[in-house]
Amino acid sequence: MSVLVYAENAGGKFKKSVYEAVSYARAIADQNNTTLTAISIGDVSADELSALATYGANKILNVSAANLKNFVNQAYASVIAEAAEAEQADVVVISNTFSGRGLAPRVAVKLGAGIADGAVSLPETTGGKFIIKKTAFSGKAFALVELTSTNKVIALIPNSYKVTETPTGAKAEDFSVETKESDFKAMLKEIIKSADKVSLPDAEIVVSAGRGLKGPENWGMIEELAGLLGAATACSKPVSDAGWRPHSEHVGQTGIAVSPNLYIAIGISGAIQHLAGISSSKVIVVINKDAEAPFYKVADYGIVGDAFEIVPKLIDAVKAYKASA
Amino acid sequence: MNILVCISNVPDTTTKVTFNANNTQFNTAGVQFIINPYDEIALARAIELTDGGKGAVTVIHVGEAANEPTIRKALAIGATDAVRVNAPAHDAYFVAAQIAEYVKQHQFDLILTGRESIDYNGSKVAAMLGELLDIPSVSIIKKLDVDGTQATVEREIEGGKEILTIPFPFVAGTAEGVAEPKIPNMRGIMSARTKPLAVVEPVEVKTFSEIISYETPSPRSQVKLIPADDVATLVDLLHNEAKVI
Repeated sequence: MSVLVYAENAGGKFKKSVYEAVSYARAIADQNNTTLTAISIGDVSADELSALATYGANKILNVSAANLKNFVNQAYASVIAEAAEAEQADVVVISNTFSGRGLAPRVAVKLGAGIADGAVSLPETTGGKFIIKKTAFSGKAFALVELTSTNKVIALIPNSYKVTETPTGAKAEDFSVETKESDFKAMLKEIIKSADKVSLPDAEIVVSAGRGLKGPENWGMIEELAGLLGAATACSKPVSDAGWRPHSEHVGQTGIAVSPNLYIAIGISGAIQHLAGISSSKVIVVINKDAEAPFYKVADYGIVGDAFEIVPKLIDAVKAYKASA
Repeated sequence: MNILVCISNVPDTTTKVTFNANNTQFNTAGVQFIINPYDEIALARAIELTDGGKGAVTVIHVGEAANEPTIRKALAIGATDAVRVNAPAHDAYFVAAQIAEYVKQHQFDLILTGRESIDYNGSKVAAMLGELLDIPSVSIIKKLDVDGTQATVEREIEGGKEILTIPFPFVAGTAEGVAEPKIPNMRGIMSARTKPLAVVEPVEVKTFSEIISYETPSPRSQVKLIPADDVATLVDLLHNEAKVI
């Protein structure tokens, strides 16, 4: 037995979520006194690949076939399942990213594996069981899921496990696979990068605003604050429904769930559907003129006041802090 | 063209989620159940794509008879007919395996699900169905256009989007942007009562996951309020106390 982790690249680079997944997989390998193999698919440099050894991979498989340069979930799932079989891996760890969500279930079906998606913690293995905590009810609760199969697939939520260095000195080796044509029916036409500097699902700081901003023309100060903090911008559902901001910024139960280190909510009352999407944020700051807003019940810090008065002051305060730092 | 839309029965988004005394079961007392909001987007797009006699929309649901009001709602919105697989939805694999079995016996050009259900948030059924049927799947799409025997979809990725073309048949999980959910009109509600709703018995499926218990997020400590004229203190606390900037 061994553990296999899939290292997803974005344009040839690994993001922090990959190092989290490798660190997490390392810990599972340690729980089971076994080895960890990492697999990368696509066009990734040797330097970048060797970083996987820093976080505990004993073996690094590199699949660089030309037809696998771009992500196709069907073909990538075949490659990962093949590697799992070659490595006799009974646990496969994949990041719960947009691509990971399309990949992990296919890998699980191929391997006859139970799957725990949205995992937020290491498996509890007392008594030979394998129990994983995962998000449920869109952040309103967690479920403890027992996987009863021999093979297991875990999709780990980004920003839920700490990156840990355990260098092994492993070097990448080529892993060649047989691909089948029927795995390549979906054709990638174009990748369009969004203009935002920081992508919302990856962001460590999120500045989010709601109807309290009164109109799309007032988002300049939100973007300025986000820019200063290296944060992504987000919004509440009424704002994206009104077309003030794109749907991709909608955070909440029917939008996307985020788990940043810092979530700053400006002019958002904190309806239960919105809170569901942000409840796993580590620190929450609320700025709202209504002291009775439900958001204050889940916040760590709050300023009761008008966004149009507080946000410019906050921008100045952050500038002063950065100047002194 | 024939489209299959998979629908899930979930607690209304305003539900306060609570569990029984030993946290092993979700309290359904007083909870209003609805069509999963992302599945409503799939249904709305399927109806748009087949509008004007261009095809049929079948909805399929894996669940018990008590969930039939949710299926009737989908018929009222405009689905042509419906199928209920008569078994509790044990987990995503169970659901995907039941739907795959139905698809193998019928012809569909396109199979749509919501990007995830708002109760268990797995995002798994679409990709599992694709794998079980050995056809392409694309999870979390923001746009879906059909052109002859293929479709163009926009798939969300971190920091952007991908545009893909995929030949039929395939499975896609729809998110916001694909369509606006439709509200049933009186004619739809009346006709839903007589539209066909077939009940089929489940096939045997070996499942690999069990929910042992639930937890609710630990309550946060009392909010620390900072006076509106002392914003610098907030920045100081975020740096020195919370250590997040």
